[in-house]
Amino acid sequence: MKVVLDHLTKEFRGKGKESGHVVIAVNDFVLEIPDGKLVGLLGPSGCGKSTVLNLICGLLKPTSGRVFFGENDVTDLEPQQRGVGMVFQNYALYPHLNVEQNIVFPLENFRGADRLSKEEMHERAMETAKLVQIERLMERKPSELSGGQQQRVAIARALVKRPGILLLDEPLSNLDARLRLQTREEIRRIQQETGITTIFVTHDQEEAMSISDMIVVMRNGLLEQTGAPQEVYDDPGCLFVAQFLGTPPINVFDGSIRNGRLFIGDDDVLEAPGAIDASFAGGERPVSVAIRPEGFIPDPEGPFRCRLVRTEVMGRDISVLSVHPSAPDILIRSIISAENLPQIRETAAGSGIVSFRLKPAKTHVFGKEKEDRLF
Amino acid sequence: MEKNNKKAILYLLPAILFLAAFMVYPLIDVLIYSVEENYNFASQTMTGIGKLNYSYVLRDPYFLQALKNTFILVIITVPLSTGFALLISLALNSVSFLKEAFQTIYFLPYVTNTLAVGLVFMILFKKTPYTDGMINLILAWFGRGPVDFIDGPYWAKMFVMCFYTIWVVLPFKILILTSALASVNEQYYNAAKVDGTRAFRIFTRITLPMISPMIFYLVITGFIGAFKAYSDAVAIFGTDLNAAGMNTIVGYVYDMLYGNSGGYPSYASAAAVILFVIVLTITCINLLISRKHVHYV
Repeated sequence: MKVVLDHLTKEFRGKGKESGHVVIAVNDFVLEIPDGKLVGLLGPSGCGKSTVLNLICGLLKPTSGRVFFGENDVTDLEPQQRGVGMVFQNYALYPHLNVEQNIVFPLENFRGADRLSKEEMHERAMETAKLVQIERLMERKPSELSGGQQQRVAIARALVKRPGILLLDEPLSNLDARLRLQTREEIRRIQQETGITTIFVTHDQEEAMSISDMIVVMRNGLLEQTGAPQEVYDDPGCLFVAQFLGTPPINVFDGSIRNGRLFIGDDDVLEAPGAIDASFAGGERPVSVAIRPEGFIPDPEGPFRCRLVRTEVMGRDISVLSVHPSAPDILIRSIISAENLPQIRETAAGSGIVSFRLKPAKTHVFGKEKEDRLF
Repeated sequence: MEKNNKKAILYLLPAILFLAAFMVYPLIDVLIYSVEENYNFASQTMTGIGKLNYSYVLRDPYFLQALKNTFILVIITVPLSTGFALLISLALNSVSFLKEAFQTIYFLPYVTNTLAVGLVFMILFKKTPYTDGMINLILAWFGRGPVDFIDGPYWAKMFVMCFYTIWVVLPFKILILTSALASVNEQYYNAAKVDGTRAFRIFTRITLPMISPMIFYLVITGFIGAFKAYSDAVAIFGTDLNAAGMNTIVGYVYDMLYGNSGGYPSYASAAAVILFVIVLTITCINLLISRKHVHYV
């Protein structure tokens, strides 16, 4: 089922002494989530992504704006009536019920024509349990399960009533590193097997990028950018998105545009297309230059000249740590093929200098004022 | 290790001595008293060991009356007070306006002196030459009464007694249940809501099981407390409870020791042992039932 958020805004009013204080958790959110996709809602903590999720499932009511499921306006419906499946951050498994009773719980709420017999419920529960591979744990209590197993039970409980939409709130944050990798593949597999529209919230960009069809990057209640993970990574709309996505993180410098050229310090590193500096005093426009770690090409003749700090060998690649004279506090991390190691050692041996050319596609330039993308 | 054990016993000694002198010895003494036949307190003589005291107490109409009163009191007040406390706690938990003020008001009876509360009940129920009491005034509006609640028919007196007991035990139960309700994680309710659960089912399938240990605790202590009722009856009906027909088991024990018919420690002990056996049995039954219905997480 398609989900449309139409100018959704949620304000929280402070209580007691702070009743005059209003926090805008979600600000004029416009988003269309296509049917059958896995969507990662991504942003730093406190950016309002869980609030968006709660607005979709109906636990929160928007201050203004509408929520549509398919063609239906569900804004005024209670969560009970929306037919979404939700997995909570700490799973919220009922501790006094065993796994099967937990999974069957949503089915027991069906009334009228939808009502299922005990056998049908059991069958549905087993079917869903098989999907998430917990069919051998049906008699256990939640306290007797590991974190990963609890997570699966929570997903089974959310899926058993065959909802049109599955919501997951920080589904991996309570798992250890190894289980996290495994579980995210698992979520991807379950989503593809069921074809259910799935929205999950995370603050971990790697997690979102790795399994999503589409990512939605949020900051301070505002939607910053949406798109396929690779698109957003390659073509960030603003400095925040560029910095938020990618490990190791993007390298950011203060630079300037003069005479149609991009400068970092005194190094003339790239051509700056367009006459975007015309309106600035002295024909010079200060900018932020963000370069992906993979955007550096080692070249003894290259224009971007840095002081080598050290190299880290990672097998296939090496990571070169260096410092540019214009920004002595910023440690530049560039990732280049290990084949270039001898050459870098050779050039750096006498002078301690390592030079790079920059890949234009991996170098993003942002205005200083609004941090908007220039090119 | 050996040395440590000695040390530990040394540290425990004050508590052990204290408990032995004031708990264990009296308990054993009560058991001994209860089997000493025709024991005379003044001359310290007895005619033998046997079950005479028990058969006397169990045939004593005053004891049977006290037994009946106590059982009625327990059966009526424990479920009702727990039920009311649950309803009030649920209401308190869902109001946000003046929540603290309400909680204070509901807790007031707990910190009020029993006899002061008794006085309030006098004003409510007692018939005097000047007034029939407030409840009778209200009854008169509906064209009923007047009923003499303090010296009148048995059911009226029992009503006052139950009313009083429920009112006195409510605050503590409300206190326990409101905190139990508040400690249920909001996410369980959210999960249930998203799964389409209606309010009543959320209450029976989630709230009740989650707070069941607290409810169970209140029922057990409620049973024990109600079986030990005495001061409440005195506060309402005065010290001559046998004459009022409102005596309780503990009241009977007290009367046997110190009352007008006092000086019979053996009968008092026998009655006390009977009370102990009753409370023990009821508590065991409670524990058995709780195994199925109480969920400790």
